Amino acid sequence: MYSEKGFLNKFKVFALFGGIPVFVFLSVVIVPFLLGIYMTITNSTGTDISTEFVGLQNYIGAFKDQRFLDSILLTFQYTFWSLIITNVVAFLLALLVTSGLKAQNFFRMGFFTPNLIGGVILGFIWQFVFTRILVHIGTSMHIGIFSHSWLADPSHSLWALIIVSVWQNSGYMMLLYIAGLTGIPKSLTEAASLDGANYWRTLKSIKIPMMVASFTVSIFLTLQRSFMVYDTNLSLTKGGPYRSTEMISMHVYNDAFLYQNYGIGQAKAIILFLIVAVIAITQVLLMKRKEVEV
Amino acid sequence: MKARSSNRMTQVLAYGISILLFALYIFPFLLIIINSFKTRLEVVASPVSLPKSIDFSNYIEAFQTMNYGRTLINSLAITVVSVLVILIASSMLAYLLVRWDWKINKIIFMLMVASMIIPFQSLMIPFVTIYGNLNLLNSQGMLIYFYLGFGISMATFMFHGFIKSVPVDLEEAAIIDGAGKFKVFYQVVLPVLKPITATIAILDVLWIWNDFLLPSLVLVDDNMRTLPLSTFYFFGKYTSNYSVAMAALVLVLLPILLFYFIMQKKIIAGVVDGAVK
Repeated sequence: MYSEKGFLNKFKVFALFGGIPVFVFLSVVIVPFLLGIYMTITNSTGTDISTEFVGLQNYIGAFKDQRFLDSILLTFQYTFWSLIITNVVAFLLALLVTSGLKAQNFFRMGFFTPNLIGGVILGFIWQFVFTRILVHIGTSMHIGIFSHSWLADPSHSLWALIIVSVWQNSGYMMLLYIAGLTGIPKSLTEAASLDGANYWRTLKSIKIPMMVASFTVSIFLTLQRSFMVYDTNLSLTKGGPYRSTEMISMHVYNDAFLYQNYGIGQAKAIILFLIVAVIAITQVLLMKRKEVEV
Repeated sequence: MKARSSNRMTQVLAYGISILLFALYIFPFLLIIINSFKTRLEVVASPVSLPKSIDFSNYIEAFQTMNYGRTLINSLAITVVSVLVILIASSMLAYLLVRWDWKINKIIFMLMVASMIIPFQSLMIPFVTIYGNLNLLNSQGMLIYFYLGFGISMATFMFHGFIKSVPVDLEEAAIIDGAGKFKVFYQVVLPVLKPITATIAILDVLWIWNDFLLPSLVLVDDNMRTLPLSTFYFFGKYTSNYSVAMAALVLVLLPILLFYFIMQKKIIAGVVDGAVK
């Protein structure tokens, strides 16, 4: 630790190392955040910041908006399924590519590739797959479920988004599970197999319990990523057909920038923040408790 | 003997499943490539057949319509400059926060950690209001400024954790030799930060290169667009001409896949480190 004598010297050090970063951080993150809260309790629009207080009117308006409630429900549904499927698939992939296959690094690389590509581009790739490839296969081979485009059918479009999300994120979560699996001491699994435990027994009684930390990290990462999804949503379905896939992020975006409902739109954005904050705090608390136990 | 043969069976089975899954993960990319060489009518007739001839005319058309050369340079410049600025600013800030035990430093650090949970969607409306009123949108320089603002908390947090474990002894030796504070940081501390710098750089390159929402709010002019933006606008126009659209997708995928092939090990190590911290 260093110490400086006198205010001027302190100020010099602070300005040298922290002046610009702190200013940028405050102006880009903190000021918009505070102003955002202020906007929800005043009669502000996108171009004017008003000083006329309206209380909680915008929040009440947000909760009265059935489409907003629908999009929350839809986002929870989407998050639930993509969370479970992504993590199950990722864990199985991790087991597969740590089982000692010669080409396992090659496989790992392939499974991770979708994760490097931006959501907008992934969405367009799958738009082609769903509207052209699968429909072509479905009609020429008479597979009923593929004979019409999933993206045009409100009862299937959500599943199209879930599939893309699993494809995009499972490779990433696989890497985290690989890190967890290779972190298990060899002596433990060897002792178990000497005691006659078979593969499933070792998996159930040693590997899975030893990987609680990996599971927590990946589950929360998938939770956050799915909950905030926007890019894939936009390029794959644009929220359609008939708003059947309009997730929260897109709903907030459209409300503010398309329909110019800035006050209510920002109130929805703050509600979104609160949900994300609850998720993040739960994660931190869970991780802290785990650390004590181990 | 029996154990060995059952082992071989599971090996073969594991290989089979791996190859099948690998094909499933790669299949969308392959289809994009195959269809990028076909004519429009060939794609409509059968999107799964191989092209009759290898024809690059789709690529030429996509290249021109997307203004690919310009867009690629935009994306490269914005990503490289933003990441460099984030690395410099956040390593210096983290150094300040670790080495000087002031109350204000603790407050700044807490504020940064807390701000990491704010989703961009909760900031974007006031963000556009403020910077739109100040007339500071529609500039690549401002976009870099915004990336610095949104990227600094995580980078500072990661540098902070790393610098904490660096012993002060080295720096003290340099101070005795008469080096100023900035020189100590620049000559003694910065070289030690290499591993964590690589991790942060990779995470930020992937984030900024692929980002869509922020540039879509900031950049208005056609010739300022980044790759994700121009892909988006391109698809707005080309919904029916699939073969050119597929060529455009291949062009957009190329740079990031090339980066992946060259930096494979570093990228994988980087994203794992980034998630665990």
